[in-house]
Amino acid sequence: MKKNNKFIVTLFSIFLGLVVGAIILFISGYNPIEAYQVMFMGIFGSPKYISYTIVRSTPIIITGISVAFAFKTGLFNIGAEGQFIIGSIFAMIAGYLFKLPPVIHGLVAILVGALAAGIWAGIVGVLKSKFGINEVISSIMLNWIALYMNNYFLTFPLLRRPNSDASFKVLDTAKINFLGQWKVSEAGKAFLKDNKFLRELLNPPVNYGFLIAILLAILVWYILKHTTLGYQLKAVGYNKDAAEYGGINIKKNIVVSMMIAGAISGIAGATQVLGVEHQIGILAASQGYGFNGMAVSLIAGNNPLATIPAGLLFGGLTYGGGKLNSLIGAPSEVINIAIGSIVFFVAMPKLFEMFGKIFTRRKRGENLD
Amino acid sequence: MKRKLLALSLVLALVLSFALTGCKPTEKAPTDDNNVTNEDTNTPDDNDAEATDIKVGMVTDEGGVNDQSFNQSAWEGLEQAQQELGVTAKYQESHQEADYAPNFETLLDAGNDLIWGIGYKLADAALAAAEANPDTKYGIIDSAYGDDTPENMVGVLFKAEQPSFLVGYIAGRMTETNKIGFVGGIEGEVIGSFDYGFQAGVQYAAKELGKEITVLSQYADSFSDAAKGKSIATNMYQQGMDVVFHAAGGVGDGVIEAAKEQNKWVIGVDRDQSDMAPDNVLTSAMKRVDIGVYNIVKALKDGNFPGGTTVTYGLADNGAVDIAPTSDKHVPADILTKVEEIKQDIINGKIEVPVNQDTYDVFVEGLK
Repeated sequence: MKKNNKFIVTLFSIFLGLVVGAIILFISGYNPIEAYQVMFMGIFGSPKYISYTIVRSTPIIITGISVAFAFKTGLFNIGAEGQFIIGSIFAMIAGYLFKLPPVIHGLVAILVGALAAGIWAGIVGVLKSKFGINEVISSIMLNWIALYMNNYFLTFPLLRRPNSDASFKVLDTAKINFLGQWKVSEAGKAFLKDNKFLRELLNPPVNYGFLIAILLAILVWYILKHTTLGYQLKAVGYNKDAAEYGGINIKKNIVVSMMIAGAISGIAGATQVLGVEHQIGILAASQGYGFNGMAVSLIAGNNPLATIPAGLLFGGLTYGGGKLNSLIGAPSEVINIAIGSIVFFVAMPKLFEMFGKIFTRRKRGENLD
Repeated sequence: MKRKLLALSLVLALVLSFALTGCKPTEKAPTDDNNVTNEDTNTPDDNDAEATDIKVGMVTDEGGVNDQSFNQSAWEGLEQAQQELGVTAKYQESHQEADYAPNFETLLDAGNDLIWGIGYKLADAALAAAEANPDTKYGIIDSAYGDDTPENMVGVLFKAEQPSFLVGYIAGRMTETNKIGFVGGIEGEVIGSFDYGFQAGVQYAAKELGKEITVLSQYADSFSDAAKGKSIATNMYQQGMDVVFHAAGGVGDGVIEAAKEQNKWVIGVDRDQSDMAPDNVLTSAMKRVDIGVYNIVKALKDGNFPGGTTVTYGLADNGAVDIAPTSDKHVPADILTKVEEIKQDIINGKIEVPVNQDTYDVFVEGLK
């Protein structure tokens, strides 16, 4: 399919999804036009809504990049959720226990999170390359281990804030919020008091995570497109046997690919901790950042650059859609079904495309045997 | 090839189901509402309630508004206020911790006069919102800021240890195996007060009977995982514990289910849970969040919003915390008479119910 064509198909799917979402809202007894109006205004109605949309989209853009990267190299990174959790745990630990100057502290904490998550995902890679264990199975299991590890770490008095079910907050030096210190200082407050637009824009926990997401998207795109490493990784993804024949070390590449994907998801967890939540809490269930990242990657057709608009779309839908709760009284279930069907339709053509691609790809590979 | 395809389609099924719905814990169908709505809220809209233009909103935690527990109870309180006081009530559900702050903002922008945060998990976000918006009133359940409470904010606390002590006493009197279990949600100050209050009640009964009773407490690390609650409780019953008390929200549904299967005693929490297993629910430690919410909304309407303070509900405040009214079904009358006496002792301050490990140790020491 030509590039232009692809874009039009995606737009059409989004439209189709909105129509189906409207039908579901209508059947449930809500005025779909009013609902979409509320959603639209809930996303664009004020500078702070736009900020919130960006804040909400940031982690799923980054996990989306992680999934897209792994997919390009022939791996299904369903473990983004667990890698996200590991990244957030270690970023929190580094952000709370290390004593470093501002900026550097934040960067170090992100790197620590990325490294930990990279090693975590590396386990999956090693299991696959050494023992042929399917990455899907092992990474799903590791998701749960990560979740319980998160809760286990919170049993340590060193990390657990007394009388709460969360960790200590990361130190101010580790926070990556945009103008975070200035915002709450006297001078900042006085300045913002007179500047409504800026005040609203900065009111949500805006952070550098979004810039990191954009940089990562470009970096991953560049690695895949213009470097030897990217070429090798892609070759392994396209056709393992041919790649091996061409002299590429498949086993090493699988591990490297998983580690990079894991590190990217870990960065998502780190930016969320350092920029938004500033702590980690006991998790009863997955928060869905990794799984939503998969949806984002699907919408983006596994193109790292396209994960940015795809993530913004997904984040906007869930943020604006959530407002239907109190503004028109729609229960979350109806909203989720409507948003779900939109995402479903958006992802659908890509889904078929991917099915087709994998099918023909494997077939060719098999014929080679 | 076929295996690959199968794996892929399984993965896709997983991706879609998680991606679209996985971000929130399981929720009960809204039809369950009627089971738990208390009598007052069942009365249809009586139109005599004079309409006011007071708008009240609440932010739930991740449990959602149909959690069969305190979020639901809070919403019932608001619904009652809607019918009887003529205020307008709305709720906004949170799916992740990162939702708290934006949800408070959404309700603020919708022009609500009073915004509730339901549960201690929202304490930080609620405080930040209250400090940033001094013209709007805020309320928080299960949390307090003491003297730091802003003028536009009220904290509502429940002395959960008091009804827990009473049901603990009942459990201690009823057990035949002298082994009792406690299933908690997530460890913390609030659930701890249930835990230690309960254990203290059991020890109080043990001393009275002159025997030794052990209490095992276990946490599910969740407020929604009913399957986990069921497996923990089943385990407890099989180890010979014949009464289990839970303070674990949705996890408790599984605990009660296990009691039904094993035909053992279980003690409910937050509301009278007798309807869930009439033959097995011995009693319930009630914590009526709805009463707390309703009272504050009423105070706001009457123009005496208790801003800057913390309102605490104990046994002395008619019915906000208590044991379930259906307790007489299974609990013998002589025990209930004794419970009444203990209740008076707690109200008079003769019995200091412990709320954490330290006060519990002191309490047990005092029993000797």
